[in-house]
Amino acid sequence: MTSKTDTADQALTLGDRVQTDRVHTSLYTDPAIFEAEMDKIFSSTWVWVAHASEVPEAGSFKNTYIGRQPVIVVRDRKQKVHVLLNRCRHRAATVCEGKKGKINSFVCPYHGWSYSLDGALRGVPHPESYADQLEKGELGLVSLRVEEYAGMLFATFNNDVEPLVDYLGPAKKWMDLFMKQGGGFPVKVQGEHRFRFPGNWKIQLENTTDAYHFPLVHKSFLSSVDKQTEEMLDFVTGTGYVEDLGNGHSVMVMIPALVDLEAELDAPIPERFAALADELRAEGTPDDEVRRIVRAVGGSGFNLNLFPNVACSMAFFRVLQPISVTETEIHHAVITMDGGPQAANQARLRMHEHFQGPMGFGTPDDSEAWERVQKGSSSGQDLWIMLNRGLAGEKETADGRASDVSAETGMRAAYQQWKKLMTA
Amino acid sequence: MNTELITQVSAFLWQEADMLDHGEYAPWLESWTPDGLYIVPIDPLETDFANTLNYAYDDAAMREKRVARLCSGESISTSPVPRTIRSVSRFRILTNDGTNVTVRCAQNLREFRKDVLKHYSADITVDLVRSGGSFLIRRKIIRLINSTDTLQGIGYIL
Repeated sequence: MTSKTDTADQALTLGDRVQTDRVHTSLYTDPAIFEAEMDKIFSSTWVWVAHASEVPEAGSFKNTYIGRQPVIVVRDRKQKVHVLLNRCRHRAATVCEGKKGKINSFVCPYHGWSYSLDGALRGVPHPESYADQLEKGELGLVSLRVEEYAGMLFATFNNDVEPLVDYLGPAKKWMDLFMKQGGGFPVKVQGEHRFRFPGNWKIQLENTTDAYHFPLVHKSFLSSVDKQTEEMLDFVTGTGYVEDLGNGHSVMVMIPALVDLEAELDAPIPERFAALADELRAEGTPDDEVRRIVRAVGGSGFNLNLFPNVACSMAFFRVLQPISVTETEIHHAVITMDGGPQAANQARLRMHEHFQGPMGFGTPDDSEAWERVQKGSSSGQDLWIMLNRGLAGEKETADGRASDVSAETGMRAAYQQWKKLMTA
Repeated sequence: MNTELITQVSAFLWQEADMLDHGEYAPWLESWTPDGLYIVPIDPLETDFANTLNYAYDDAAMREKRVARLCSGESISTSPVPRTIRSVSRFRILTNDGTNVTVRCAQNLREFRKDVLKHYSADITVDLVRSGGSFLIRRKIIRLINSTDTLQGIGYIL
């Protein structure tokens, strides 16, 4: 790489670094860009924090992050969900630890300031030293704006951002379709696999709408499933598509026949679920219910990417959490049918373990590929990441733009939203 | 203390550990009862593994598939194959009825792949069934000390 080119590239504005068909490599490697992303993206737009089933009752909480800021998602006694900055207003200690649990109030372990489930400051030990000058009403835990759609909870630090339903736009109908995998029962998050990879968060963001990698990276997974499932997953040359849904959201339809899980309930039961169907029938489940459950048990035939940090990915929620410019944490939350038949939920758990997690047959291979993207990205700052696949065949649709199933349309959508927020 | 039983059990589990470190998967697959379960849980307190999410919950078919994947060369995360060296120790017999023996032990495993050395410690509980002059494994539960942390890929059999 010549120093002349490097100098020229350093002069590129942030906006110049996202073109229609490519993005600049510095988006994966520049710590200053990462710092700006935490502010202009993660602190400025709607960020997914939890599924409602993760905080089912009064006092249920989940600890998570928005960007790098620790937040508590908690349901109060009136069933309202709050997202609170996990930081005591006195001297900043976290007031809640543990990934999930149940709690009556938040008590800071350092000096004992206590907060109710809605974040209000309730008690300050030995207040006399403040001589009645402590404005308790002003010193609640910082409370973020929270809105929910289809059981998915989003929060934002930005009080001026548009309502969540407007931000989601046409993605809403895909969220509704995704929740049909409850098979007539509510969707429930029942645990998750967490892992980190040494690479930038946008490498993972891209992957959720990357059908192109599937037959190659997941060859060993495809070799471990039955013939019918292998054929179903051979979608790169199929009739699926990727659609830009606006605001950085996109959907990749891999298996068009599995878009609506409540349609075609009289279709033949797939070979891999025949034993499950027999088991459900033997338990006395009526045939129409068996068909609905079995059709839903394998998940939806699409991945919905919601910018910037969550995806409804076939049968699970994929959540990404940026750690640093070169490190990202991923959560793959398993979905079960809340109150559904045990045999069906066991099938869902086993399918998740088969592909996901550090010992799954899929995730470790994805992780290896992403790690190599990051490694390769350090080899010179004048090269670009190419995102022009499927650009030639892209056509306008009612909701945005679409191209073939292995097009990079979803990635282009995400980067246009990145550009919009980063240059605002 | 039944030192004769501890000797028999530890000899069997050391042989299993050696098979796994040296990629001798065919005899390892034969070390199980047909209904045997290989389980790597996430929650340290969980006992209902069938109805919760684990890292691995392998019946005979999944164990065979896991071995086939490791040997296939099709998986980029296991090519090159990680090298492992494990030490198994601290054996304690929990139950013994003459046919079925449950043993708890500690495993410390070092893994090296490409340029990274990793260390995994685990508490292991194994249900063994006497068979011929030796044992078969009916259930093996591998509780990683850091199972609730974020892990990276584990491209071998713990």
